[in-house]
Amino acid sequence: MSKLAITTTVNGDPAEFLCDPGETLLDALRGSLGLTGAKEGCGSGDCGACTVMLDGAMVCSCLVLAPEAEGRKIETIEGVAEGSVLHPVQDKFLELGALQCGFCTPGFIVAAKALLERNPDPDETEIRYWLAGNLCRCTGYDKIVRAVQAAAAQMRQEGVSA
Amino acid sequence: MNAPDNPRKFKVIGTRPVRPDGVEKVTGKAVYGPDFTTAGMIQGAILRSPHAHARILSIDTSKAEALPGVKAVVTSADFPGQESKVVAAGETSSNLQHIASTCMAQGKVLYVGHAVAAVAATTKAIAEAAAKLIVVEYEVLPHVIEVEEALADGSPILHEGMITKGLEPAPTKPSNASAVFTLEQGDVDAALAASAVTASGKYRTAPVHQGYIEPHACVASWNADGQAQLWISSQGHFDLRNQTATVLQMPISDLRTYPLEIGGGFGGKTGIYLEPVALLLSRKSGRPVRLTMSREEVFAGSGPAPGVVADITIGADSDGTITALKLEFWNQSGAYPGSTIHPGVMTALGAYRLPAFWARGWDVLSNFAGTKAYRAPGAPQIAFVVESCLDDLARKLGMDPLDLRLKNAVRPGDPGPVRLPHGAIGYVECLEAAKAHPHWSAPLEPGQGRGVAGAFWGNYGGQSTASVAIASDGSVQVTTGSPDIGGSRASMAIMAAETLQVPYESVRVAIADTGSIGYSMVTGGSRVTFATGKAVVEACREVLATLVSRAASLMGAEEAQVEWRDGAAHGPDEQVLSMAQIAAKSGQFSGPLSAEAAVNPLDYLPAFAVHICDTAVDPETGQVEVTRYTAVQDVGTAIHPDYVEGQLQGGAVQGIGWALNEAYLFDGNGRIENPGFLDYRMPVASDLPMIDTVLVEVPNPAHPYGVKGVGEAPIVPPLAAVANAVRDATGKRFTQLPLAPDRVLAGLKAG
Repeated sequence: MSKLAITTTVNGDPAEFLCDPGETLLDALRGSLGLTGAKEGCGSGDCGACTVMLDGAMVCSCLVLAPEAEGRKIETIEGVAEGSVLHPVQDKFLELGALQCGFCTPGFIVAAKALLERNPDPDETEIRYWLAGNLCRCTGYDKIVRAVQAAAAQMRQEGVSA
Repeated sequence: MNAPDNPRKFKVIGTRPVRPDGVEKVTGKAVYGPDFTTAGMIQGAILRSPHAHARILSIDTSKAEALPGVKAVVTSADFPGQESKVVAAGETSSNLQHIASTCMAQGKVLYVGHAVAAVAATTKAIAEAAAKLIVVEYEVLPHVIEVEEALADGSPILHEGMITKGLEPAPTKPSNASAVFTLEQGDVDAALAASAVTASGKYRTAPVHQGYIEPHACVASWNADGQAQLWISSQGHFDLRNQTATVLQMPISDLRTYPLEIGGGFGGKTGIYLEPVALLLSRKSGRPVRLTMSREEVFAGSGPAPGVVADITIGADSDGTITALKLEFWNQSGAYPGSTIHPGVMTALGAYRLPAFWARGWDVLSNFAGTKAYRAPGAPQIAFVVESCLDDLARKLGMDPLDLRLKNAVRPGDPGPVRLPHGAIGYVECLEAAKAHPHWSAPLEPGQGRGVAGAFWGNYGGQSTASVAIASDGSVQVTTGSPDIGGSRASMAIMAAETLQVPYESVRVAIADTGSIGYSMVTGGSRVTFATGKAVVEACREVLATLVSRAASLMGAEEAQVEWRDGAAHGPDEQVLSMAQIAAKSGQFSGPLSAEAAVNPLDYLPAFAVHICDTAVDPETGQVEVTRYTAVQDVGTAIHPDYVEGQLQGGAVQGIGWALNEAYLFDGNGRIENPGFLDYRMPVASDLPMIDTVLVEVPNPAHPYGVKGVGEAPIVPPLAAVANAVRDATGKRFTQLPLAPDRVLAGLKAG
């Protein structure tokens, strides 16, 4: 089986990789592209640890075929900070202790940023439902929800768009 | 949320700084088990049994070996023969044969998902394809899953010739009961018969998985001279190294083990599964080999917590004084002996004054993966039984359930579970804090109910090594051998900064490989902040003594004239030397400023907790919603309150999942029907309210900063707290978990 050559954009930069037709985007990111921030917790789209943005839409990269990345724009956890400046969601996760083991954290941060891009002022219920596709086994979600609320408040105050 | 920020004279302890490893984890840079790669690495796959119980007649690997790209195939024939001997394994001990069998079936498969053979190939896809080409001939045997089936006359025996330990006289017939453990005092039947009130019930819980989001993973590299390296995410790379080397009969120091970041463990990453297999594949192929589990492999092939069947009766006088407790329970332990009957018994006996008791646990084996530790191993199930029964007792007595617990709660000096007196415990303080909390007196909506439950968990201390080194600029390196699962680097840095009286940011913490520091037990038993913390403080104090001594000689003073204050030596004539100034002169005449401490503290104290839960039960669907939740716990001293609260919140939510949804479901062939996160339904954010916490601080006098372990106790009360809230909401006592909608609806319809 010959490999497919894929040309795509990852975190704003042009990227190319070879993949088998059945390979997942998650495997291509973690393998060929060396971006291991997206994690595989289940491989079935149930845990959200592999969450990335594909043309601005939040997806589980374990459910996307790698060849589907052709000509699209992918954003991963590695692109959330601007250089060495953390995104407010990252800052608030640190400041409020919203991670324990940290394995689910990249998925939560990508998802939370996507939420705040849609709605800069979500209430607790919206945050909880938006993040319901991301499993965390350590925190009980309390501090994660508070971190997203705090990031939203800071971004509104500073007039930062997500 | 309620911890005072700085309750005592501490400068750093009790504050909430950003954890030292935080930025790597929010930017995706941290390297976890499945993330690590090394040059020349190839990929492995494991072939697992489709049968719950079968004899392996033959394994033909020739087709797999012939597939291009395949570099090695391993079966049990590649494992050294094992003695039947008990060795240390994580938090407990296990028979070496069973440890080896957990990694690869030896002669018989004992569960669906049991590893039978493994392949390493140039790609994962080739390894998986090759594994499918291995032909295994089985003689399928009858299997058992439930405790009652496993103990029935004539049931298939997992381990031939196994005689139950702990019974007098010893049985003569082999069975699936590996052991019983009994503690008793007084004439419990007479005490119950004389009691004004008794409550009793038969309870049942199913096996549940720890549910860490990171699947097991490792990379192994075996060199031609017999020395090998292993990169793993585990709760204890020293213990996993010891187990792996022992199984492979290699000198322990020939196996250097590097800890990667760990994506959750909760007890489930204290033992070996993949490691010896990866090493054997590496030895055969001459290449570094990565093995990872899929989520389905994690569910089928790694250890859940045991299910429990239990009978309980508790008696009391008419004023609510408990007279006696009688408990017998059967752990549904999976394929290997050694489940949590001892802590189960202790859970029943640790929290209340009991004039008479009889408590017996049975370790019963059946055909699913051998159970492993899960956060306060063995305690949540038994606390569910005891605290549900106490709730019934309070109702019969017409007493407030917190008052019943307050009346009978153990105080310092009261006998503990094995009748040694309790030390500076804080159960009464927790119960009083719960009673005073606004949650306890808040009005309930129609259809809602409120439940409360308490918890005792013993905690642990144990062996730890830590080193502290002062760099030439005065910055501080702390090194331990304790994997950090939930922020312990931050607590180590805080305790070091407090002791050395330097800023938190000047302390950095590393978790070293087995070649770089002495032995440390697993991160388990709520022991790291306590025991490894003690080692860090001891090493800091040793460094401080050296700093003072060197400062004295630099100042031309006596040591007694020099005081260490605010991170600097203060001597006579207002001479002051900072840590950096002293450190900068180390190279000239006195050598490096460092110290290592190796400790084995056994003066740990148990944790006590009280949880309050409100539920709303939908009468049309049986859906139970947790509407409000408060977790109160005696934490000794909260070193970093955010991460202490996080332990309470996370444990509570795992317990809520156990209570409401989580269970292994088996089909008639012993196959798990829900081996994925869609059907094994762990709590998600939208299932839950905020989890309020109350940190009660009754310090442990044996720890320099008063630490008691906090990580495990929070999962002990929620099962009963939820069940008691459902009882309150519905008027019906549910005695079987999980309280999933189908079960609750059926119970409501049955009236």
